[in-house]
Amino acid sequence: MEVIKNPEVLSVWRKKILNKNTFYTHTVSLCGGTGCQAGSCGTVISAFKKELARNKLEKKVRLRVTGCHGFCEQGPLMIIEPDNIFYCRLSPGDVPEILTQTIKNHKIIERLCYTDPSTQKKCPVESKIPFYAQQSRILIDRNKNTDPSDIEDYIAENGYAALCKSLKMQANDIIQEILKSGLRGRGGGGYPTGKKWQQTAAAAGEKKYIICNADEGDPGAYMDRSILEGNPHSVIEGMMIGAKAIGADEGIIYVRNEYPLAVLHAGIALEQCRNAGLLGKNILGSGFSFDIRIVRGAGAFVSGESSALIASISGKVGEPSPKDVHLSEKGLEQNPTNMNNVETWANIPLIIENGAMWFASRGTERSKGTKIFALTGKIKNTGLVEVAMGTSLKKIIYDIGGGSISGTVKAVQTGGPSGGCLPASKFDLPVDFEALSEAGSMVGSGGMVVMDENTCMVDVARYFLDFLIDESCGKCVPCRIGLSRIREIICRITEGKAEMQDLELLEEISQTVSEASLCALGKTAPNPVLSTIRYFREEYISHIHDKKCPAKVCKSLIKFSISPEICTGCGACKRECPAGAISGEKKQIHNIDQSICTKCGICRETCRLSAISLN
Amino acid sequence: MDNSLMQIIEKFPRSRQNLIPVLQAIQKEQNYLNREAVSAVAEYLGLGVAQVYGAASFYTQFRLKKTGKNIIKICKGTACHVSGADNIIDAVERTLGIRKGETTADGKFSIEEVACLGCCSLAPVLMINDRVYARLVSSEVKKILQSYS
Ligand SMILES: Cc1cc2nc3c(=O)[nH]c(=O)nc-3n(C[C@H](O)[C@H](O)[C@H](O)COP(=O)(O)O)c2cc1C
Ligand code: FES
Ligand code: FES
Repeated sequence: MEVIKNPEVLSVWRKKILNKNTFYTHTVSLCGGTGCQAGSCGTVISAFKKELARNKLEKKVRLRVTGCHGFCEQGPLMIIEPDNIFYCRLSPGDVPEILTQTIKNHKIIERLCYTDPSTQKKCPVESKIPFYAQQSRILIDRNKNTDPSDIEDYIAENGYAALCKSLKMQANDIIQEILKSGLRGRGGGGYPTGKKWQQTAAAAGEKKYIICNADEGDPGAYMDRSILEGNPHSVIEGMMIGAKAIGADEGIIYVRNEYPLAVLHAGIALEQCRNAGLLGKNILGSGFSFDIRIVRGAGAFVSGESSALIASISGKVGEPSPKDVHLSEKGLEQNPTNMNNVETWANIPLIIENGAMWFASRGTERSKGTKIFALTGKIKNTGLVEVAMGTSLKKIIYDIGGGSISGTVKAVQTGGPSGGCLPASKFDLPVDFEALSEAGSMVGSGGMVVMDENTCMVDVARYFLDFLIDESCGKCVPCRIGLSRIREIICRITEGKAEMQDLELLEEISQTVSEASLCALGKTAPNPVLSTIRYFREEYISHIHDKKCPAKVCKSLIKFSISPEICTGCGACKRECPAGAISGEKKQIHNIDQSICTKCGICRETCRLSAISLN
Repeated sequence: MDNSLMQIIEKFPRSRQNLIPVLQAIQKEQNYLNREAVSAVAEYLGLGVAQVYGAASFYTQFRLKKTGKNIIKICKGTACHVSGADNIIDAVERTLGIRKGETTADGKFSIEEVACLGCCSLAPVLMINDRVYARLVSSEVKKILQSYS
């Protein structure tokens, strides 16, 4: 790799790369992201390499192993360019046929195409698949064009052009551009990014730090790690531009050690930047010096909070401190520090390259640009979804997500453990920081979990409480004691032992915890409880008053039984029951002893005749 | 004093910022953080044993007990929870006769809970060593575990 001494050399390098790419007739982008790895994409990748060699096609066909494309549920998957052909649920055995049919003869293999569940039609072209077609993928779409361990792919896509542009700009002009774009923090708080930069730039001090928060503690969300895994250079370039604007010379990417692929790819990307002279002293001959290191977090939800994260980098327990001093004045080692989320950083190069107005053309009055969500739960199409701010929940859930598997969507949970559950009647709401907060939830960092009639809202509230009690640092009393009291009441409700006045008590304690906790973890912790009481009060009442769990989830309130009309006495359930609760002679109707049954549900999964019901 | 332990520790400059990286490096080599490791790190970095222990017990990554040969990581993330992770956890615990955070008497398996494995689209999931099992139903658990014994 050559050292780039000035922007002109970078342009020459880009031309060379683009020229080299014209020698290929096809490019195959095979996803190697965490989701597809779970689907054994590794075996497909090795099969592809082997077949390419066997057919002597290595010089004609480029195999590019990329980060997450977004449609993880359909993985392992690939896109074949130039025809934009999309193949999914691949196995190694499919590879020879892909080479002989599709690559050599331009024939589409129907079996490997995605089937639209609503029309049952095959969609061979990626851009026509409803899941992709209705998104605004300015960030995540770049993943498929990028081998994250090859800086040349990023440079070919105009990478580091925004850096070159910013090196010629005055620091204040960069900040003005970000302010004008209307970009707000993607880590959950939605604080205007330009304003934060302005404060850190103005703070007194020689030494300043830039931090990328890649802790991503929201369980069930994986946007940030997918950007860092799939396109680490976009984050690094964003940080470089930020450092130039703020006057920082040192950057840190704080990423969880539990995200091995993100740690690996970010590390490789940094090394490549240093070798190319994009990081270090006198970058591109501009006089600007900056470097970035990785700090591997050891996993704690509260350590994602900004002051706790600083404590964690300093080698302390990652607990938050009261917010009377701002990080922009006294952050890491008491120096002015600017922290932004991964997705926030990844937006920066696009804004500088295309202009603030281009960015602000998407979105609502107060929320601009796009947002990536991890769409999961009881929905047909799960995966990473990037939409323009202001897109309605309905569009995300039904048009992109394809609606529920079972029939009806009951609720959607956004904002992770700090967020709330919104009922179907609120699905016209746009994803916009203010609109979702006013409705009792929040945009948050991007988790979006869809729930159907088989999800119990009281159980969901209990789930988040368990998580938060586990993750609460215990430093302040309202959060430490208050959450445990709330959990006790919720547990009583799920066990059918609560009374109506418990609901009021719940609301009262929640109020206190919200108002009196030290950090945002405690202040927002009652949200899952309050939002489910607000919108699903009747479900709470069923548990308390009728001792029934309408979703049939809460174990104390459900009962498995065998229907005598259907049971043929095959004995399968009896064999599988781990508690030995099922009795019955062969070919005779079987019976479940309720006093022994642990309600694990294995009998119901096992019975091929669906003779076992849940009431 | 364990020589290999000191070799790991001494790779890091004596700065408090290195506390977590040192602990990560020791755990990677030695599987868990024993008493000796915690004291050695404290002494090397000039911290109290309680401070090091405090950090080690605060972060979920660190273990203070040796694990079994196969580490089962069960996802307790939201996507997995609404897709029935509780039943999967129950099935694993029941099959092995141990609880989360414990190791079987024969040293074959340990169960750990993790916040999210990043394959939420394939929920519910669990991971044994480096292999992920996706879209699980509880009746499959027994067979999967048997394949490791
Ligand atoms: C309990 C808690 C956990 C948080 N976890 C994260 C996280 O995992 N990632 C993140 O970027 N921000 C997280 N935040 C928000 C950060 O404190 C901070 O606002 C953010 O990183 C700033 O970046 P932004 O302005 O670009 O959003 C968390 C906040 C709280 C209160
Ligand atoms: S990991 Fe392959 S599409 Fe998401
Ligand atoms: S919630 Fe289980 S993998 Fe993310």
